[in-house]
Amino acid sequence: MTTTDAPPSQKLRKSSRLHRAGWHAYAIAWLFVGINIAPVVYIILGGFRTNSQITTDPSGFPNPWEVENYLAVLQAEIFWKQLSNSAIAAIATTIGVVVLGVMASYVVARYDFKGRGAMYSLFAAGLMFPMTVAITPLYIMVRNLGLTNSLGGIILPQIAFALPTTVIILVPFLRAIPKELEEAAAMDGAGRLGFFFRMVVPLSIPGVITVGILAFIASWNAYLLPLFILNNEMQYTLPLGVQAFSSQYSVDTARVLAFTSLSMIPALVFFSLFERRIVGGLTGAVKG
Amino acid sequence: MSESLAMRAPGGDLSGAGAGAEAPAPAGRPRRGVDWRKLLEIAVLAGPGILIFLTFVIVPVVMAAYYGFYRWNGYGTPTDFVFLDNYRLILTDQNFREALGHNFFIVVASLVLQGPAAVLMALMLNQKMRGRSLIRVLIFVPYVIAEVIVGTGWSLMLQTTGAVNDMLEKLGLSGWAVDWIADPDVAIWSLMVIISWKYIGFAVILFLAGLQSIPEELYEAASIDGASYWQMQFRITLPLLGPTIRIWAFLSIIGSLQLFDLVYIIWGQYVSDTAGTSTMATYMVTYGRNAGAFGYGNAVAVVLFIISLTIALIYQRYVLRRDTEGALTERKK
Repeated sequence: MTTTDAPPSQKLRKSSRLHRAGWHAYAIAWLFVGINIAPVVYIILGGFRTNSQITTDPSGFPNPWEVENYLAVLQAEIFWKQLSNSAIAAIATTIGVVVLGVMASYVVARYDFKGRGAMYSLFAAGLMFPMTVAITPLYIMVRNLGLTNSLGGIILPQIAFALPTTVIILVPFLRAIPKELEEAAAMDGAGRLGFFFRMVVPLSIPGVITVGILAFIASWNAYLLPLFILNNEMQYTLPLGVQAFSSQYSVDTARVLAFTSLSMIPALVFFSLFERRIVGGLTGAVKG
Repeated sequence: MSESLAMRAPGGDLSGAGAGAEAPAPAGRPRRGVDWRKLLEIAVLAGPGILIFLTFVIVPVVMAAYYGFYRWNGYGTPTDFVFLDNYRLILTDQNFREALGHNFFIVVASLVLQGPAAVLMALMLNQKMRGRSLIRVLIFVPYVIAEVIVGTGWSLMLQTTGAVNDMLEKLGLSGWAVDWIADPDVAIWSLMVIISWKYIGFAVILFLAGLQSIPEELYEAASIDGASYWQMQFRITLPLLGPTIRIWAFLSIIGSLQLFDLVYIIWGQYVSDTAGTSTMATYMVTYGRNAGAFGYGNAVAVVLFIISLTIALIYQRYVLRRDTEGALTERKK
């Protein structure tokens, strides 16, 4: 095997591995991108058309461009109410997952006590219970706690169901903090809690960001849990809102498309801001 | 507060902090008494997380097994104990069997449709290419947007008078125009197209990440031996990408078994049975909560869980286990 980085092998590597793409590679790649983007473009452009345009030419472009639909949605109180519900649920879920997740992971990663293994297994077992399996009894639990039709009723379960992945991602992260740092902190007079707040929290920021983004997007897109818990339009999050809107205004296709594309924007903006982290986080989480 | 921490730390270093710092070491030294302070810290730090996790994940799952033995409308304490009747009903119900069949079809079709295509796309994108990072972002968009948006958009496009049929007509293929949503011969394939569209970007991104971890030296050696590009892909890339592909397949299988959102959004609770797209999860919601039969719904949840868990364990036992031996040793076998 070649072990040195001699110039000839460098050249070979370039020619063999990442060889320059030919025109057909570009064609296939952009065709694939086109397929991926077309339905999204259809939704956005559809919002700029009128219903008669859509009826006479379902697959055409806006001609002329109309902004009425978007303006109507932006002036609707219900849209802003549902947008803020979604935002509150997603932000509260993210904060809850991060705070509780870091604390629990810290205990599993760096405390030595009987039952530490059991605690880790308990969280790991949670991976086997996806929300879909647990939704019926979960709904009963939330109802017994009197949390139906409130955002708390979706925030708390979302935190609980995000904890297993969070703990599994964060524990190796926290365990990797060198113990010399902890000893040095102890020498300087910090206890374990002092070490936690002054060293662990700042050092775990990268892992926390990944976990937080995953929780945020999952909450923003969540459908099943809100479907069970929320039954009043003013409490709906956007996914339920989109569905309710599209059945209410089923004849007003253009406005439905406008509502749909407006509710997609925050997730798309969030995604493009954190794209690298999300992709890295997902692939990292999968590799475990 | 900080003063008390400072006072305690040097003393605690002998027992508490010392043991904490040496966490990787096997079982701590025997010491007298209990370190209450440490226990308190553990309780304060881990307590809230464990409490919320037990309340909303573990307890409901355990309760599902209990409720599943009752005929129960969801109010008050369940009293009408029917033991295994709910399970007998589920397993003999034609609707459930069909839903189960659809789930297995979706499992297989997802693997077959998405797997090879995603590997090819990943290989294609793993070249020097202008705009590579932009391409990566764009193919990931369907994965990031909500199921509801995907469902709403696609069901509008697939209407009989929608954009897809209109496009076919413009291309002179009006004979191909069908009722994509309601026609039972076509509907499940429409669902497969939508599923593949939504989730293939995830597979591609995953495989691209897997490709990065294949050592360069292998390609150098192969190219010195005169291997062609495609030979290298088949002899080196594919075997070494194996672990990533197997993990992806695992996630895909579990996702297909649990599929709910897209079907329920596009086909609704009633149409999915007749269109032939119902899944175990839509069956659970339709005949459980929506019918006010909570004992029954919980029993379906238990069945769904047992089926998923069995398949997951079999898969881990026979497929994923190979990956613990490491990709390189496995290749030699």
